[in-house]
Order: sequence, then structure tokens, then C-alpha cells
Amino acid sequence: MWDYLGTDAAWHGENGLPALLWAHLKLSFASLLIAALIALPPAIVLGHIKKGALLAISVVNIGRAIPSFAIIVLLLPFSLKWGFGLGFWPTLVALVLLAIPPIFTNTYTGVRDVPPDAVEAAQGMGMQATGLMRKVELPVALPLILTGLRVSAVQIIATATLGAKVGYRCLGTPIVAGISRADKGPLLAAAILVAALALLTDGVFAQTQKVMVPWRASRTRPHDNPEAEGTS
Amino acid sequence: MSAQTPDVAIRLDQLTKQYPGGARPAVDSLDLTIPKGELVALVGPSGCGKTTTLKMINRLVEPTGGTVWIDGTDARTLPAHELRRGIGYVIQQAGLFPHRTVAANIGTVPALLGWKKDRIAARVDELAELLDLDPTLLRRYPAALSGGQQQRVGVARALAADPPILLMDEPYSAVDPIVRARLQDELLSIQRRLQKTIVLVTHDIDEAIKLANRIAILNVGGILEQVGTPEEMLRAPANDFVADFLGDDRGIKRLSLITVDDVPLREGPVVEATDSPDHARAVMSENGVDWVGVRADGRLLGWVGEADLNGDPTVGDVEAKPFLATFRPGMSLKAALDGIVTSQTRVAVVVEDDDRYRGMLTVDDLAEGITASGPGEA
Amino acid sequence: MLFATEPLVRWKWVGDHLDEIWQDLIEHIQLTAIAVGIGFAISLVLAIVSIRYRWTYGPIGAFCAVLYAIPSLALFALLIPIVGLGVVPAEIALVGYTLLILLRNMVAGFDGVPPEVREAADGMGYEGWRRGLRVDLPLALPAIIAGLRIATVTTVGLVTVAALVGTGGLGALINDGLDRGDFPTPVVVGSVLSIALAIVLDVMFVLIERFATPWRRRQRPDTVINPDEPVGAAAAADVAGGELAGAGAGVASGG
Repeated sequence: MWDYLGTDAAWHGENGLPALLWAHLKLSFASLLIAALIALPPAIVLGHIKKGALLAISVVNIGRAIPSFAIIVLLLPFSLKWGFGLGFWPTLVALVLLAIPPIFTNTYTGVRDVPPDAVEAAQGMGMQATGLMRKVELPVALPLILTGLRVSAVQIIATATLGAKVGYRCLGTPIVAGISRADKGPLLAAAILVAALALLTDGVFAQTQKVMVPWRASRTRPHDNPEAEGTS
Repeated sequence: MSAQTPDVAIRLDQLTKQYPGGARPAVDSLDLTIPKGELVALVGPSGCGKTTTLKMINRLVEPTGGTVWIDGTDARTLPAHELRRGIGYVIQQAGLFPHRTVAANIGTVPALLGWKKDRIAARVDELAELLDLDPTLLRRYPAALSGGQQQRVGVARALAADPPILLMDEPYSAVDPIVRARLQDELLSIQRRLQKTIVLVTHDIDEAIKLANRIAILNVGGILEQVGTPEEMLRAPANDFVADFLGDDRGIKRLSLITVDDVPLREGPVVEATDSPDHARAVMSENGVDWVGVRADGRLLGWVGEADLNGDPTVGDVEAKPFLATFRPGMSLKAALDGIVTSQTRVAVVVEDDDRYRGMLTVDDLAEGITASGPGEA
Repeated sequence: MLFATEPLVRWKWVGDHLDEIWQDLIEHIQLTAIAVGIGFAISLVLAIVSIRYRWTYGPIGAFCAVLYAIPSLALFALLIPIVGLGVVPAEIALVGYTLLILLRNMVAGFDGVPPEVREAADGMGYEGWRRGLRVDLPLALPAIIAGLRIATVTTVGLVTVAALVGTGGLGALINDGLDRGDFPTPVVVGSVLSIALAIVLDVMFVLIERFATPWRRRQRPDTVINPDEPVGAAAAADVAGGELAGAGAGVASGG
């Protein structure tokens, strides 16, 4: 691998690591943004009115069960038929689809599980729906919302590598290509890079959570108190 | 002191529990004897070590000093789990196994002891009856039961293997007062039948007075301040701490321990229904009151006031008002006092179970009743 | 690419290759079962250690979490120079991915046993190991089964990707189709089957859980997310699954 990193090809041109990295990041960021835009509003609303628990559970169950590789490749024929081509579009759609469940369910649960006393107290002080949401529910739900975004972000970065299989030139490309080659240099470099990227993203989100939600000791478990405390 | 006295079920001998890092022992050299067949209540403020002491009896907490003698034997001679299978244990939240049916819960210790299935089943039925549990509940899971029912199951479970000793740790603190009173009465009735040795931890002095044969009041650090019957302690608290703990209504609390059967009743101003109003007025002035009780066939019809006598031929022609405070045998003087202060006539009337008139009590009579059972401290 | 003009599924091809498809399906199941099986065994040991020595739970959990966050394709690839191609690197990585989910759920399950139930059990004369077996384990079971469910379903997705590094399974079907590029049928068949397999296994575990925990039948964990009940450990795992398995289905199977 070190030999590879020494070469020019590794760093320049459309197959160079920076280019691949950039492509990877572009796709990931776009997917996360779109998924968030699609998932957040309904999740917040449903959580606020406290309906749709069944939907939330089903969504996460289904999302969990669908192998993401399968989704990407399934979208390929359709993408081709409808003229969207290879690479970017089927991968983007697949990534967005896969990112929606964690964001949706965690946001829904976060908003829904805001302690009712806090909501009542705010209402007692004269707050109404939008103000309530902005000032009370969202801040309290923030840890879980961030968790959902974090999970999705890491997942997107990981799944984006599979986009290489349907033609999107990203960090997955050298990996896929390198499996059957003797020179494992590019493969290793890309693999390490994407792994580092995933871990970094995870870490950045974790830090963000700590900073934005200082009153929670960076717990990401949605439920702090799974044990019953008895009837006393 | 010999540990072999046959009437002693449990003896705590210099029992000590020192937690590492604790400034002082949680329980410090406690000596206490628990006689067989008695219900002894351990009461005291938080931190007095009453629960720790209880748990040292069945070794859920191991003592750091001293000995627990159970029926003359050191509790440490047996492996802890075997010891516990011979001692019933009831806790505040019942702690029923959610994954087993009520019947299986009750049969836990017999199953551990290797009883045969039909013997266990028969025993479960027996206990359901004893604890007033609807048999249909036996096949259900604890989650379907109310708090009171769960507590009953907890007691049934503790009694299943018929242990001689029962340990109860604040068993009724988590249920509401109405359910609590019922459960307490049931415990008393069970105890009358079974005569178990019971050690009950509670922070509620009234519960202790109601249930216990003997009360042990502990101070912080497991210091035994006084032990005695409820009557003894209320009459003569050993020190200020005990007096404060018992509350400033000790006299009235003592009233709850005495029944209307224990004090002499007075006849009171009572006339027959066939008597004349003049006779009634004479009785009124004799007794210094403005009313008389009216009796017919040995039963009290009620009372009439002076103002109601208006020239009717007999007292019985006047409509009698019922006595507000009427009591049957076995009811406490405390209840009688409550009746007296809320009634117009200022008396509590006592009748037999068949309503035959027995006599009445005034406030003075009650005071006599208390002092007659022993001089109290001022 | 001919993909564009071919019908999605050429049924004749399916008919002709039924054996091969079946073989891939079986292989897929086998690979999944091996990974979850070994993962379960390891997680059990880790869970026991974490519970017994609480201070180890943090480091162990962190290690598993890092492992989990690594994109599967990358992890598979990184293992190739060490152990070569084929089943071995795949299984190593697959086992690694199950650890976080299984461990977390096992510990959560154990923690979810109400303390008063433990106290009552001790007080009645259950000695340590027997209580663990007859009281703690059954009560932790919902969470453990939920963990198995999430881990299994996630692994099915991951095995699909593993085909890229030389294992068999439905992923191989997909992969060959992609590489050939002349018609989408194998790709579609492989994808649909892997999705179906995941769903079937998911439902199977739901049924196992219902069957194994009759005392919870009166509640429907799918509609109630109540964090205060021990039941919630499993339901929480469902939602936590959004945290964990959402990461799983994607990260892992994405890879």
C-alpha cells in the first residue's frame, strides 16, 4: 500500500484518492440532507401529536430488514430505463431510502417522549404549538434527533461504497476493483480511508451531541430508564 | 444468657453490621429476643438499621459481628440458601416473578425443596383460601393483579413451605391506606390461626401498634431504645426519643388498644318506653343532662331531649332520635372517643351483637379506663 | 448496457437455474447462521464478563462499537491481505458486526430484571447460579431474542455484500448479474430473495419471542414503547435498533 501512496496516480486525476473522497462526500452529504428533509418534518409532527407509533416501529423494522446492497442494485434497472443512468442516481435514491428510517424513528421517539410535565409547564406559561415545539420539544428531543442523524450518516458513508458496484466512482471503486487484482495498494488505501471517514463522522456527531446537549452525559440510548422501579 | 430457651425463636446476640468506609456501624451490637409465635415489629427512623437487621436474620446481609441464633442454632451453620428456604420473606414491592403464574410463584419454595407436584398444588389451593385469593387468579400472571392482590400472593408465597418464621420488610408501605388496613386485618387473622413467629419492619408506628405483640424501637445505628408490648411502651416510654417517636397522642393511641369490653359501663339516664314524661324529667335532672335514652324490650330505641317532651302520655310516644355513637363488643375505645366528641349526647352507647343495651360511656369513663390499666406518665 | 432494454425478470432463466438459485439461498442462510452463531457465543462470554465486572463494559462496548462503524466492504477488504479471499474474511467481519448488537441487548436484558424480583428470589433461597438460570435469564430473554433478531436480519444484508469478496450466497447471484451486464434477472432475483429472506427471518424471530415469553402476551410490544417497563428492554431494543440496527442494516450491509 505504501508504494501505491507514493505514486502520482494515487493523488491526482479522477481516480486519485482526493477525487474519490470528494465524490464520496458529495453523495453522502446530499443523501443525508435529502433524507433529513424528508424524514424530519413528519417525524416531528407525529411525535408532537403523539400518533403513529405503529408506523414508527414498522418503518424501522422494514428499514432494518432491507439489505442495502439489494436496494441499490434493484434500482439500477429502473434508473436505466428511465434515463437516469448508472452510478449517481440509483445510489442516491437507495441511500436516501435507507437513511430515512433511523432519522424518522429516532426523531419521532425523541419528540414524543419529551416529558409531559415540561410540556404542560410550558403551556401553562402561555406557549402555543410552534413556540412550544421550538423552545421545549425540539431542544429536549435533540439528543435523539442527533442520534438518528448520526446513525444515518455513518450508514450512508458505508453504503455509498457499494455505489461503486453500480458505477458511481467513489472510494468503493478501488476496493471493488482491487479484490481480484494482485496489487492491493489502492484497495487498502481506499478501505482505510473510508473506514476512517465513517469513524470520524461517528466521532464528530458524538462530539456535537456532547456540545449541543451538555446536560445529557452523552448517552445515546433512547431510554435511560429501562428498569421498572417497583410500586413504591 | 442461654440460647436454648425453647420459647425463643430468634435471638440477636451482639449483632453488628459495619460497612467498609462507613463512619459508624449500621447496626451496633444489637441484643434482641424474638419469642416464638409472636409478631415483633422493628420500628425507627431512617438509618436506624431496621431493614439491615431484618436482612441479617436470613443472611441477605452478612453480619460483621455477633450472632443470629435461630431456634438455638447459629444461622451461619447452614448454607445461606438453605436457611432462607426455611424462612418466609415478604418485601414491599412483593417481587413476584413476572414470568411465572401466580400458582407457580406461590409454589416456588416447595418446588425448591423438592415437593411432589400434587402436594404443591394442594398447598397452593390451601394458601389461596387462607389469603382470600380468587382461585381464577392462580393461573394468571402477576402483571394482571392489583397491588393488594400481589401483596397477598407475596405473603402466600412466603408461607408456602410452612416456615416457622416470617420476615416482612415494610410489606404494606406501597399500597393505598384502604387496602393497607384490609391487608393488616388479614395478617392479624392469619396470625391468630397460624401463630407464626413474625418479624415486621415498618416505619409506621400505628401499624406496629396495631399488629405487633411486641415493638422494638431502634435509633440510628441500630441502638435499641426500648422493647415491650405496645401497651407498655405507650404507657411508659423509656426516654424522650421513644416518647417523640410514639407521638404526642400516646394516650389516644392507648385507647385504640382497649376495647369497650375492658371497661366498666354505666347504666346512664335510660327510661323505659312505658314510663311517663315526668319520670323521664326526673331522671334527667338526677343525671344532670337534658335527655334520656329510651328502652323497650331490652333494646335502645334512641334518645329524646327535654324539649321533645310535650305532654305525651308515655315517653315511648315521642319519636326517639338514634344515638350517633353506638358500638358493639370488641370495638376500641378510640373509636368510642371519636363517637363521643361528635355526638350531641356526648356519650358512646354499647350494645350487644343482638342490639340489647349494655351500657354507655362518657369521656370521664374513658379516662378512668386508661388509668385503670396502669398509671401513665404525665 | 442491455439492462435498460431487458425485462426485469426472464422467467425462463429462473426456471433453468432453479438449482443454482436454491444453492445460493442455502449458502446465504448458512453464512448467516454461522456468523450469528459464533457471534452469539462470543457475545455471551463478553456479556457475562461485562455484567460481572462492570468496569469492563465501557471498553468492551467501545471496541464493538468501533468495529460496527467500519463499513463492511472496507472491513472485508482490509482482511483480505491477512486471510485471503472467500469465507474466512467474510465470517470474521460478520461475526464482528454482530457483537455490538448482541452484547448491548444481553446486558440491557439482564439490567432490565427488576431488583425487587432478584431480592425476592435470593430471599426465598435461590442460590446464585440457579437464580441466574431460573429468574434472570427468562426475564432477560425478550431482549436477548430481540438482539438475535436484529443481528440476524442485519447479517443477511451483510452476507449480500460479502459475495464481493468471494463467498457464495445471494450476493453472488447479484454480483454475477452485475458483472455480466446483459440482463437484470439474476440481479433482481438475488435482491428480492435477500430481502424476502431478511423479512422472513425477522417475522420468525418475532414469533419465537412471542412464544418464548408467554407472560408478556397481554402487551403488544410493537405498539407500546414504554421505557419504564422491563418489557421495554425489547421494545427499546426495537427503537434502539433504530440507533443500532439502523446503523446495522446500513453500515454493515452497506459497507
